[in-house]
Amino acid sequence: MQRRNFLVAAGAAFLAGCNEIGKSEWFGKLAEGAQGWHRGLHRALGGGRISMAPEYTRADLSPYFRGNGSLTVDTDAYRAAEAEGFANWRLAVSGLVDNPLDLSMNDIRALPQRTQITRHDCVEGWSAIGEWTGPQLSHLLQAAGVQDGANYVVFRCADNLNGQDYYESCDMDDALHPQTIVAHQLNGEALPVRNGAPLRLRIERQLGYKHAKYLTGIEVVASLDDIGEGKGGYWEDRAGYQWYAGI
Amino acid sequence: MAKPVKRHALSTRLWHWINALSVAVLFMSGLNISNAHRRLYWGDQGFAPSQAWLEVPRFPGWMTIPDYYSLAVARDWHVVFSLVFAFSLLAFLIVAIANCHLKRDIFARAREWKPSNIGRDVREHLKFNFEHGGAKYNVLQKIAYSGVILVLIPLMILTGMAMSPGMEAAWPWLSEVFGGRQSARSIHFLAAWGLFAFFVIHILLVLASGPARQVRDMITGGKG
Repeated sequence: MQRRNFLVAAGAAFLAGCNEIGKSEWFGKLAEGAQGWHRGLHRALGGGRISMAPEYTRADLSPYFRGNGSLTVDTDAYRAAEAEGFANWRLAVSGLVDNPLDLSMNDIRALPQRTQITRHDCVEGWSAIGEWTGPQLSHLLQAAGVQDGANYVVFRCADNLNGQDYYESCDMDDALHPQTIVAHQLNGEALPVRNGAPLRLRIERQLGYKHAKYLTGIEVVASLDDIGEGKGGYWEDRAGYQWYAGI
Repeated sequence: MAKPVKRHALSTRLWHWINALSVAVLFMSGLNISNAHRRLYWGDQGFAPSQAWLEVPRFPGWMTIPDYYSLAVARDWHVVFSLVFAFSLLAFLIVAIANCHLKRDIFARAREWKPSNIGRDVREHLKFNFEHGGAKYNVLQKIAYSGVILVLIPLMILTGMAMSPGMEAAWPWLSEVFGGRQSARSIHFLAAWGLFAFFVIHILLVLASGPARQVRDMITGGKG
């Protein structure tokens, strides 16, 4: 009986300790450092080549591509845009670039396109396979002319979740990666609203919350400190999700 | 001057306790992560109930780290301790191969694999006689320890790596070996419970064979 009481008490103390440590600032720093280690290992084990996310065939497509997070944008402007088939949607490219761009949907469709059948992995654990089409982000950045000192690319979105505007960001390595595209099609059709119509990011070596939906702007920046609450994304700011979501 | 030989080498003791902590943290934060999506699938993909082979129960707060549902914090624990878990095993294996601990103490010899020997060992265990056999560990111990060190823990690490999209881009073959990301996730879950089963039996056998001495020797090294 005593032994059991001891084990229960030790277990409770362990849990309470873990809760406290989990809330502490130093543990947050440690987790951030560990995240950097994972990222470094992923890059190093890639052996210096450009590592590519696996691509599948049409036979592997998920019968239904689930939507998660924001399933639409709750504004009159978005509803009006949806009613006209997003014909007048614009995507701005700004920040540390020589030629800021303001692209129409036709401009985006006129660029060289990449079609890729990839697996979408949600941080929750599920996976779905879809075929995405759109220009490579590297093309857009090239057209805009990225300036020296650019370290990150920030993705601005039309959706507002729980009172905060959704946004995401990545480093230049992922921004210039061949599989990073601004998709306007899923499975050969215009992007459904639940999956981010009319434009969403595909950043295939990271988890789903990085794949910003309802894209309105792409901003090249030197630092993420002054964007949102400074952690580089909606879920990163709000709940402490990992900025490097390749883990 | 020959050093007195200890029952457990320093490398074994260090790894044992680091690994015990890692397993506890990873198992309990893993149950929190499991609560985020309580279905398991085979193959590359899956999200619908109809695709699942198992509906996993929701694990209560007293089983998880942190003790409330937080996928973000649980993943932080996993992100930190996965590195501790993997690199401490790697260091232990290097030392255990170099000092012949694996070969001498952990691998069962051909004659030990005889059914008669295993049967005798099972009978002795059922009689709670744990002090038998000439070697450091009896054959059931060797099977259990080598199974955990060389099969279950590496399986946990490799299936965990296979689930990371960044890792998969670097080593696509790893996810393929396990039959796809969702298969790797399922195997990760099953192997975690395999490790938990080892943990339970391990604790029960320590309790049945003089726990004070066992724990003391795993800390101080004990006498050889």
